[in-house]
Amino acid sequence: MGLVVVFLSIALVNNLVFMKFLGICPYLGVSKKIDMAFGMGLAVTFVLTISATLTWLINNLLLIPLGLDFTKYIAFILVVASMVQLVEMYVKKFYKTLYNSFGIFLPLITTNCAILGTCLFIDLWGYNFIEAVIAGFGGGLGFTMAISMMAGIRERLELADVPKAMEGAGITLVTAGILTLAFMGFSGMVK
Amino acid sequence: MIDSAIKGQRHAPDTGGSAGAVAAPTTGPSQGKEAMTGFVKNLWEENPVFRSLLGMCPILAVTAACKPALTMGLAATFVLLCSNIVVSLIRKGLTPHLRILMFTLTISVFVTIADLFLKAYVPDMSDVLGPFVPLIIVNCMIIARAESCASKKPVFIAVMDAFGTGFGFTIALLMLAAVREILGNGTLFDFQVLPSWWVPWTIMKLPAGAFITLGFMLGFIVHRHAKKMAKA
Repeated sequence: MGLVVVFLSIALVNNLVFMKFLGICPYLGVSKKIDMAFGMGLAVTFVLTISATLTWLINNLLLIPLGLDFTKYIAFILVVASMVQLVEMYVKKFYKTLYNSFGIFLPLITTNCAILGTCLFIDLWGYNFIEAVIAGFGGGLGFTMAISMMAGIRERLELADVPKAMEGAGITLVTAGILTLAFMGFSGMVK
Repeated sequence: MIDSAIKGQRHAPDTGGSAGAVAAPTTGPSQGKEAMTGFVKNLWEENPVFRSLLGMCPILAVTAACKPALTMGLAATFVLLCSNIVVSLIRKGLTPHLRILMFTLTISVFVTIADLFLKAYVPDMSDVLGPFVPLIIVNCMIIARAESCASKKPVFIAVMDAFGTGFGFTIALLMLAAVREILGNGTLFDFQVLPSWWVPWTIMKLPAGAFITLGFMLGFIVHRHAKKMAKA
């Protein structure tokens, strides 16, 4: 039961994009086409699950016992950066078309605050190992859901008559705000 | 050339506006003049937030009130300044493959310093900001400045660029925070500014308020920019 709560908490109630403002850059940048948004979401989910696992292990088995936890941020970002590199090589080798459609955005996952942010939040909330893995996976799925929803809405917005000045980022942010309002319905379900 | 192509893609998600890289003229004006133009330009014309859409996460997350916004702006300015100096000093030794990693490591060292400093001297602010201080590491604004300015220019220009960008970022944070704090709480920097009959708009303090306010703010700034362009 506890694990279900952890999963729902990070996927819906504390959704990374809507409630924690993590990963806003890809959320605004890659959400034009629904298939690309979905691919980006999956890439983030994959990297996030592995990074959350690894950073938990490194933090709890290495840094804290050795009293080195002031180097936490440096260690975490190194893990994230090397994971992204690994995923990039894998996708480039086996999914050429996906790689081409990602373009610059795959390496940019390194600087996606959703990844590092979730690892830090997991540390802050004091999750145990299983919870950390679930939270990483759930956070990724929540991100995928958020970015796919946004892409779906934006595909429709292409046809809408948006004021000139609000085109692009402006209307996207306002849409995100309204989506967030919907997601606030979940707040209070889990602490 | 490849670098600038990458930058063009990463800086302009879909605003259709200016790409973040300020193409400072490499020939002609003296270093001091170039540094000054870089400073002034980054402050408003090429504001990292409003014009280039960089560093969006902290912009939304810490602007429920002015105080944390100011703390975040200054912390980011400090990190940006230090990382720009270091990157500019080592720019001759950077290899293309490792440069992003070097930037990130440099930045994370200074972020650790800033985080420990905040924890020691302003613990209440440190609690409010929480993980958003370490998240300065992945603030794309800082990497973007390292990439497009500090790794190519001498130290003095990089310093002025860092000040311009950092203060521009702080201004943007404060603008959004002021709107949200006044409407959401009736206060500004914890001082009551609106009369007591004012019913606070709770929504402004919540995430939804952040998204919507920033959306309209961007729209307003794009509108003004377009008007100015049309006049010129």
